[in-house]
Amino acid sequence: MAKKDKIPQPKSTVKLSTGDKIFNVVNFIIMALVCIVIVYPLYYVLLASVTDPVIVNSGKLLLYPESWYINGYVTTLKYGPLWTGYANTIKYTVVGTLISLFCTIPAGYALSRKDLVGRKPIMFLFTFTMFFSGGIVPLYLTIKTLGIYNTTWAMVLPVAVSAYNLIVCRSFFESGLPDELLEAAKIDGCSDFGFFFKIAIPLSTTIIAVMTLFYATAMWNQFFNALMFLQDDDKMPLQVVLRNLVLMNQANQMGSSASEMVTKQKLAEQLKYCVVVVSAFPLLCVYPFLQKYFAKGVTIGAVKG
Amino acid sequence: MKKGEVAKKPANKVSFLERIKPALQCWQLYVLLIPALIWLIVFAYYPMYGLLIAFKDFKGRLGILGSPWASPLLEHFQTFFSTSIAVNAIKNTVVISLETLLFGFPIPVIFALLLNQIQKNGPRRVIQTISYAPYFMSNVVVVSLITVLFSANGLVNHVITSAGGKEVMFTSLPQYFRPLFIGTNIWQTMGFNAIIYIAALTAISPEYYEAATMDGATRFQKILYIDVPLIMPTVILMLILQVGNIMNVGYEKAYLMQNGSNTTVSELISTYVYKVGLQSAQYSFATAVGLFNSVVNFIILVLTNFIAKKTSDISIF
Repeated sequence: MAKKDKIPQPKSTVKLSTGDKIFNVVNFIIMALVCIVIVYPLYYVLLASVTDPVIVNSGKLLLYPESWYINGYVTTLKYGPLWTGYANTIKYTVVGTLISLFCTIPAGYALSRKDLVGRKPIMFLFTFTMFFSGGIVPLYLTIKTLGIYNTTWAMVLPVAVSAYNLIVCRSFFESGLPDELLEAAKIDGCSDFGFFFKIAIPLSTTIIAVMTLFYATAMWNQFFNALMFLQDDDKMPLQVVLRNLVLMNQANQMGSSASEMVTKQKLAEQLKYCVVVVSAFPLLCVYPFLQKYFAKGVTIGAVKG
Repeated sequence: MKKGEVAKKPANKVSFLERIKPALQCWQLYVLLIPALIWLIVFAYYPMYGLLIAFKDFKGRLGILGSPWASPLLEHFQTFFSTSIAVNAIKNTVVISLETLLFGFPIPVIFALLLNQIQKNGPRRVIQTISYAPYFMSNVVVVSLITVLFSANGLVNHVITSAGGKEVMFTSLPQYFRPLFIGTNIWQTMGFNAIIYIAALTAISPEYYEAATMDGATRFQKILYIDVPLIMPTVILMLILQVGNIMNVGYEKAYLMQNGSNTTVSELISTYVYKVGLQSAQYSFATAVGLFNSVVNFIILVLTNFIAKKTSDISIF
């Protein structure tokens, strides 16, 4: 889009009026507050996970780590189900993202071609799923009928295609591949397959990155489908393990029962913070490097709603 | 008669072949569509066909078609509407959806407008990157954060007590459910939803601003008379899309935030469907309730789309 031809804001030769100065100051304060409201809770949780629970509970505002207490992590990292959850989530995310890409990229390309007969009705059938669906019970029965209940497939197949992502993908191909390229290739005797695999795919690393990111984040964060379509504890993804520990208060069962009461109490408080950090921060650490693709994807999708 | 038929047939055949020729020519494109189409049929439209059981007394071993029709046909809908849970769940869903839209929709627009006023590229990019960090966190993580930060021993109560206030039991008192739900929703999605408006704003030609500066317009006036009108089409489009999912608002989060003491406000139609449908296996009844939700949602979408089309010429279909 208008990214490359972004013209630098003209240096204003006119002096800023008093009103504009006030505006700038107020605006700056608002933006600073927004950043604090977003970052501080996360930072606080991070600090609380390594600070002595006595200090955390005393109500002091934490700004930097004061008195270290890392027993929470020692217990958390030794807790088996958390790692099973991690392994499951990674498996679902990798398998799911691959399947999603396999479904979405070729379809997005096909739907971007104006000579595809029936393009509009097919597109409508996909778009319609964004606003109307069978709902959870019929989907659950479908999963049962297919015999994939309580398997990896139940986690990855129902969410394999997202109509929104398909639209983003189609818009990318529509605006990214000029018609002349296809015409030239056709004259050289290139088939549709040939064009897609040899020309379109190599030119679309951006959209593949965007799609991978969109699908992988959605897959990583999946919770409800696991609850509905999985049964065995050892198949549950990280999100379900996290819910059980923090929201259903199973965290106090994590420590060894032999430890004395005071330590146990202390631990139980801290464990919640540790578990949240362990499950949320890996994604937060990689996102700054990938976020430009995220923004790009949203912007491509906006070209054609 | 016979003569006519004979004469007609070949002509028909030719025109039929002629007609499908363009489709045959792009058969390879259809092959590329196959995986997505299979998904569409199996996981989107077959479940829609499964909606039939809302009008039946579904029994697993008889299948969807084999199960007897409910008598009367709308039995499950009638049952639903005759319960007090229904009234409550509908009310909760409508209120929380409207409030989410009312507070959640304008804030990303305002944020984008203000961020766009930050002239220096560096700080602007940093603020934007920070702003959508929460979008990467799952609902489970966000609700976990609520639990630890708003608990009796949590950060928020520390702030309240140190300011001389009294401890508030945020997570168990029903009156705090909606503010927490909506507030954290804004926290999660503001930055992400703003991306699209920021993109629209950067596409505005600087000539408008130059002309406005010549005329002595203030910052605020530029926002009001240049930025707002020019991003309006994007805003309306996003509004339609958001309204199009209004009845499905955050059921996962609502479910996670539910506890024994706040169900009077936290029970939504969709969380109720999950409970009666999958936890107590009343398939037909739950499907009927879910169908009611989807239909209402769809009607709202069509209406919004229609109004937007009439008043601003912007629509999604």
